[in-house]
Amino acid sequence: MNKNKIYSMWFLIPSIVIFSIFFLIPLVSSLFYSLTVWDFKNFTFVGLDNFKQYFSQKSLYGSIKNTLIYAFLTSGSKVVLAFIIAVLLTSKIKTKDFLRSIVFFPNLVSSLAVGVTFAALMHPTKGLFNLVLEGIGLGRIDWLGNPNLALYSVILTDVWKGVGIATVIYIAGIQCIDKGYYEAADIDGANGWQRLKCITIPLVRPAMNSIIILSLIGGLRSFDLIWSMTGGGPGFATDVMASVVYKQYAAGYYGLSTAGNVIMLVLIAAIAYPLQRYLLSKEEQ
Amino acid sequence: MSKRKRLLIIGDIVGILAAFFIFIVPFVFMLLNSLKERREANLLRLNLPEVFAWENYGEVFRHSNYLLLTAFKNSMLITAGSVIVLIITCSMAGYVLQRRRQKITSIINSLIMIGLMIPPAILPTIFIMQDLHIYKTIFGMIMVEVALQTPFTVMLYRGFMNSVPIELEEAGYIDGCTRARLYGSIVFPLLKPVTATVIILNAVNVFNDFMNPLYFLPGAKNATVQLTLYNFMGQFQSSYNLLFADVIVITVPMLVLFIIFNKKIVEGMSAGAVKG
Repeated sequence: MNKNKIYSMWFLIPSIVIFSIFFLIPLVSSLFYSLTVWDFKNFTFVGLDNFKQYFSQKSLYGSIKNTLIYAFLTSGSKVVLAFIIAVLLTSKIKTKDFLRSIVFFPNLVSSLAVGVTFAALMHPTKGLFNLVLEGIGLGRIDWLGNPNLALYSVILTDVWKGVGIATVIYIAGIQCIDKGYYEAADIDGANGWQRLKCITIPLVRPAMNSIIILSLIGGLRSFDLIWSMTGGGPGFATDVMASVVYKQYAAGYYGLSTAGNVIMLVLIAAIAYPLQRYLLSKEEQ
Repeated sequence: MSKRKRLLIIGDIVGILAAFFIFIVPFVFMLLNSLKERREANLLRLNLPEVFAWENYGEVFRHSNYLLLTAFKNSMLITAGSVIVLIITCSMAGYVLQRRRQKITSIINSLIMIGLMIPPAILPTIFIMQDLHIYKTIFGMIMVEVALQTPFTVMLYRGFMNSVPIELEEAGYIDGCTRARLYGSIVFPLLKPVTATVIILNAVNVFNDFMNPLYFLPGAKNATVQLTLYNFMGQFQSSYNLLFADVIVITVPMLVLFIIFNKKIVEGMSAGAVKG
């Protein structure tokens, strides 16, 4: 019997149709429209002009640097902080279930709601953060108004919101580790640090790789939180690639916006794909 | 041994304190300020309200002709619609993609998995939706959300199919069961655990989505709850009490979901990530 006969290819049609119309076809046609000036009705072919413009204006190409800083810092902080929290929450402390829920919950709150709240907490004169800083004798900080600092303030908020999901992925990974390793280590007289370095860290590698990839791609695509906290400002200090796409769209430069979109998806593919390959190959060794 | 116990108690205390200041205070801050009168809320302090202004919530709902109620209805429709379509289309796709080991299915699979990594091309999507006359409609929004969540959902179903025994299907087929019934009455019920994960993850993602409604559903009539908050940010710049009341209103559904499905959500999210 030909086993494939049981499984009709028709079952794939609904997914393929929806995914093609609303994802694949736009993706392919964006390569063409990025070479034009268009208004959804007529288009004029302009060659690489949109890309030339993108890379000649600081307000546009500056977003690439901001995106990279944002993605690598949020991802890196989550990888490290979540690991520390996960190790604490897999120890024998009594409140671990409660703490796990608390750390995780911000994930379920919309980025917009988090953005509104943290923008208020970071208010330059009245915000709670500055009251605390003044209380312990440090001066005020203009969290979101200082162009050199604003991006990092948003990064801090992103880590606050996203560290929980990374933590539960680590916890799942740590709980998969065979208890026998730890028992053997105890018999050999290993201390806590040695157990962590020689057992937990190497064996939690697959979970760590998932976190790196997920949070990096999330960071490279991020828009909601930045848009709600700073709107890309002050000036263009916190503009990321996704916010440039939106700004150019809102201003009516559809061709330029599409070019920005194409640059964004090429860059993400160029970073994420090789990284995933590399991490997987290391995992298999 | 007693030293270790003491260490654990210290761990408990430090953990609770840190969690309180870092993760709970912001939520307390939202709640308290949503219950203050305007002038007091604008001070952005973390104290109990002088008088509890519960009417803030009524005012937020009444604002611009009960826009928030419409928005809730729209968000619920979009969320429920997307989740239902995703369950139907992606479970079928994941089932066939896992069972048929052919070149064509593996190509289709790779094409769909592109969407896990690459962000959508937004303006061409708007263009196509205008052509189909579904731009700025709830239906169009549902289709976009479905397309964007399809890769992840197919991946979850395909992964789960690995653990579903194939013998039942072969036996059913030999007994003359049609392929549609085979799937509908034998396979789909077995997918229940992963379907629960799919419902929760996609419901959270779609309900909290801000960027896609911003592009594909502009205009007050079709606002989603996230868009109302965005509009309020502009209008209520000097009424933090109303702004935070809105924040609380749109966060409560997630809190309820979390309290009911706590374990399921956490397990689902970590399992989904690790399989990817």
